[in-house]
Amino acid sequence: MSAGVLAIEGLTVSLPAWSDRKHAVSNVSLDIGTREILCIVGESGSGKSIMGKAILGLLPKPHVRATGGRIMFEDRDLLGVADDEMRKLRGGRIAMIFQEPMTALNPLMKVGRQIDEVLEVHTDLKSEERKARVRELVDNVRLPDPERIINSYPHQLSGGQRQRIVIAMALALEPALIIADEPTTALDVTTQAQILHLMKELQRAHGTSILFITHDFGVVAEIADRVAVMRHGEIVEAGSADHVLRSPQADYTKALIAAVPGLKPRLKDTEAARPLLVVRDLEKTYVTAGGFGGTARRVTAVNNVSLELGRQSSLALVGESGSGKSTLARCIIGLETPEGGEILIDGERISGLTSNQLRPYRRHIQMIFQDPFASLNPRQRVGDIISLGPMIQGVSREQAVADARELLSLVGLKPEAADRYPHEFSGGQRQRIGIARALAVKPKLIVADEPVSALDVSVQKQVLELLNDLRRKFGLSMLFITHDLRVAATVCEDIAIMQRGEIVEHGATAKIFENPEHPYTRSLLDAVPGKEWINALT
Amino acid sequence: MKTFWQRFLGNPRVIIGVGWLTVVLIVALFANFLAPRDPFSIVASPFIRPSSAYWLGTDSLGRDVVAGLMHGARTTLLIAVFATLVAVAFGTLIGAVAGYYGGLIDDVLMRITEFFQTIPSFLFAIVLIAVLSPSAMNLVIAISVVSWPPITRVVRAEVLSVKSREFVQAAVVAGQRDSAILLTQVLPNTLSPLIVTGSLLVATAILVESALSFLGLGAPNQMSWGFMIGAGRSFLRDAWWLVTVPGIAILLTVLAINLVGEGLNDALNPRLADL
Repeated sequence: MSAGVLAIEGLTVSLPAWSDRKHAVSNVSLDIGTREILCIVGESGSGKSIMGKAILGLLPKPHVRATGGRIMFEDRDLLGVADDEMRKLRGGRIAMIFQEPMTALNPLMKVGRQIDEVLEVHTDLKSEERKARVRELVDNVRLPDPERIINSYPHQLSGGQRQRIVIAMALALEPALIIADEPTTALDVTTQAQILHLMKELQRAHGTSILFITHDFGVVAEIADRVAVMRHGEIVEAGSADHVLRSPQADYTKALIAAVPGLKPRLKDTEAARPLLVVRDLEKTYVTAGGFGGTARRVTAVNNVSLELGRQSSLALVGESGSGKSTLARCIIGLETPEGGEILIDGERISGLTSNQLRPYRRHIQMIFQDPFASLNPRQRVGDIISLGPMIQGVSREQAVADARELLSLVGLKPEAADRYPHEFSGGQRQRIGIARALAVKPKLIVADEPVSALDVSVQKQVLELLNDLRRKFGLSMLFITHDLRVAATVCEDIAIMQRGEIVEHGATAKIFENPEHPYTRSLLDAVPGKEWINALT
Repeated sequence: MKTFWQRFLGNPRVIIGVGWLTVVLIVALFANFLAPRDPFSIVASPFIRPSSAYWLGTDSLGRDVVAGLMHGARTTLLIAVFATLVAVAFGTLIGAVAGYYGGLIDDVLMRITEFFQTIPSFLFAIVLIAVLSPSAMNLVIAISVVSWPPITRVVRAEVLSVKSREFVQAAVVAGQRDSAILLTQVLPNTLSPLIVTGSLLVATAILVESALSFLGLGAPNQMSWGFMIGAGRSFLRDAWWLVTVPGIAILLTVLAINLVGEGLNDALNPRLADL
């Protein structure tokens, strides 16, 4: 790799004294060759983002700073250059793409002007030439109707369109290196597939190198030439993408790859007789008031949805953001009031009840939430959190607390955890507490809203396995809401695909995977990152 | 991570503030013991300069300034603390209900709050005392009536952000009643900004109480710092200590409360303090 663009040699980044470890990155050496896409993969806390920031001189000084090593770029050590010079390099020779395109763009400026500004600051081009170049860049990133896009504000564009604009800005000055930190993580799967495709294509056309930071091995399989796996601030394994993905050497890499959910559909064990949950013609519309006499906006979140869920079976509701899958779940659990249709549980109608009338039915149906950090009250002990539900249902306090301890050991935590506060636990452990809380009232149905999407892939696997065990042990039915077809396939034997508030396809997972009928289902299946690689693994 | 108390007491400004407040508190608690005679009683000839017999001198009628200062601390602190407690209790109730229920209830309550907020608070307090007649009880009422709106707004904003968190939804799914959710899930998580605003409110209450007493609208027959300044102001050129001494007492106490309030803020929100 003598012709490399960037060479990191023995980079060490120190963390402030109060952190739980001394170095965010310790003694890392890496090369990025010309015209190469290097993926850095790691779980949260691996130091992968900090390394990206160190290259750009964007570390949160003075607490976090590089204390050792060199970052050589075009014969200069980036750790040593003055702030002035660094500013010229950033956006010029080195560009960056961030995870959340909305925060990377100025909300008060038209996007065309924002690309123009990059050119204005860094080049001597005249106004007319810049205008032509902006047009060319917007064309380049395959945005339809460039004139309209150039004159739009960021909020008028979709997430994918915004990320394309950010990519156009990054390409504006033909940089030698682009650092992309989780650029597709905030996007829907189909958009992610398009953006990955675009990045690869542009990288080939412009001869740029890309340092691509991600947590998703599927994305790696799609885009990487070379891969470096990071853990606890160190490189565990590095090599060509083929080599690392197909024959990993390090145990950690093997474990990570084994944790990637496969695309093998789950099969039905039993045919259910009488359905547990029936949803008929459900409608939910959100009306946003138009202040000062403006017209109100109506958004149909759930449009005439019907579905059935049998006893001891599980159904995955799969959809992209805005598909109405979470709203549907919230209607079923009683957090939203639907306008039309009905919801029956065990043959009894639960829609249209007041919260007092609904209380006895809470015992049958419980929820697992998405964000393990927001779903536990930070000021209550774990034992109190878990025993709340049973106590409302009339169980005595002593009994409820004793049950809570038992549940904690059932979900793989120590019973003593009951006396501690949520902040003492990691994300995965908190999600286990959330599961224990849902199980405390011995429900028949659990609604799980993206329960693993906030977790690292190895923790995700453990939590999914736990859910699976508990389902069998308690004979639970589960409605599993997810955006990830891979997770849906491993957890549920039935799948319902939602798009714009409607269920477009509904059936056995195996059947849908084998023979998707709706075009949207097909595009979702095609968009699964690293599909071929995953299929080759199993 | 350091604990809350380590962060709070490790801050030198907090130590200074707490130190002065402790002194004032002890003096206020033991005023009857430290200066057993009625502070309004005449003990010597008027206008004695600060000396070994009368540490801070005597006023225009020959009353001991030290005794006045000690009993004044009691009146001022008592009225300020009670007024703050009433304002915090009322403001929290209104803010919590408005934030939690939202919609029409929120609209009505917040318009009422804004109505109170737009009236110049000190003038409003004067009008209230003029209508209610000056007494310690009415001072507490007047001060709390003019100081609850900021508390309401803080609590409402916090409740709005906390109620959308998933643990509140989990309590709804568990079937907890609204009032119980508000008390056990939402309000405990709004405490830190409430404590900070509340502690700073005590300082404002002291200032309002002193200003009202200065105008002669304070509690009658009760010595207070504002009253001492009011009574001494005509003799500023002949007897500077009559105005200066209680003035400095007010200044130091308000400053100390602000130091403690900011220390609380830094200790409760360590992330902000680090940046």
